Amino acid sequence: MTQQIHHIDKQLYEILETVSDPEIPVLSIMEMGVVRSGKIVNGIVEIEITPTYSGCPAMDVIADDIKAAFKHKGYEAKIDLILSPAWTTDWITSKGRTALEKYGIASPLSAESDKEALLGNKKVVKCPQCGSFNTKLVSQFGSTACKAFFKCEDCLEPFDYFKCLK
Amino acid sequence: MKDNLVQYIFGIADNSLILGQRIGELCGHGPSLETDIAMTNISLDLLGQVRSYYQYVAKLVGNEATEDTIAFLRKEREYKNVLLVEQPNQDFAYSISRQFLFDIFHLLLLEQLQNSSDDTISAIAKKSIKEVSYHTRFSSDWIRRLGDGTEESHNRIQEAINHLWAFTDELFHQTHADITMVADGIGVDVTKLKDSFYKKVNAILLESTLNTPELHYFQKGGKQGVHSEHMGYLLADLQYMQRTYPNMNW
Repeated sequence: MTQQIHHIDKQLYEILETVSDPEIPVLSIMEMGVVRSGKIVNGIVEIEITPTYSGCPAMDVIADDIKAAFKHKGYEAKIDLILSPAWTTDWITSKGRTALEKYGIASPLSAESDKEALLGNKKVVKCPQCGSFNTKLVSQFGSTACKAFFKCEDCLEPFDYFKCLK
Repeated sequence: MKDNLVQYIFGIADNSLILGQRIGELCGHGPSLETDIAMTNISLDLLGQVRSYYQYVAKLVGNEATEDTIAFLRKEREYKNVLLVEQPNQDFAYSISRQFLFDIFHLLLLEQLQNSSDDTISAIAKKSIKEVSYHTRFSSDWIRRLGDGTEESHNRIQEAINHLWAFTDELFHQTHADITMVADGIGVDVTKLKDSFYKKVNAILLESTLNTPELHYFQKGGKQGVHSEHMGYLLADLQYMQRTYPNMNW
């Protein structure tokens, strides 16, 4: 699926890239795919973001961080939260996926594989520590709403899996 | 028109607020760390959905209304949630059965609500549906696991289902606001969801070796703001901070 970013002015893009997800600091909000548009209207920066999960407390922090990042560069920013179209894990960029894996979070699989993984039918989630597929679901909900909790039966390390949201 | 729309949204959103608060009580008290975290994550999703609805209501109502005044400063009779969601946690069998019955209903409702002619309501429904499908999977799994588990778990989940069954019929009652909003293409006709609800629930109960309760008397009143005795205690907890320290912020 395309990311459905409407238009983001280049100078804004560079500033937005410096803002990261507070829960997953290695991931910028651009890689996360939560920024929908960015433009300057009458000297004020207008940014539209879309929540990953409705209740995700990170969204308020992200909105504040965006404002702070623009203020630092001398802009005033206004943030609008838009719900439709709803965010999907398909909008996480490939660079973002690599960053997740490096950070120790297994990145989301396709919807089909994800279902198999969360029902515990097939071993399709790869351990981000040792690369083994010999992994097991511990809990459908992990440390945050967007993740499930797994363990690797080879290296015995627990890890988070970023659930597929479509 | 506006008043009916607001009342209609309360009829949907208050369910999520009150259930979110109920499940929130399990924070730090879940039967295991994993279920504790799972239930509170579900609570967080519900509260997130509620915020979207209440922000919309605040815009419709105007004046000084905010999502917080709507959540924290209404009187008991002004909450339009069904009786099911305010029922106490008791043991985990009750919590997960309440969750299961509500999830099945919630998902059916949202599947229709995403076609609402009101853009904001439709957007919230589309967003919520993804989260609620996951909740439904989680709670249905637990019904199967406990129903088809040991004799003890089977009996306890059956008892919880039997107890909560009396609160299921109210999910399909229509209020005046419901009827008006259905006519306007904004709302969902809940009476049409009833058959699918009992069919889905019965199928999972059967898989879980549980019996469908036979019951001829059902509880009602929540949708009109007439709540059970548990609601006052719940609101006392929910509203304590704003009542004691008006306008306080974190």
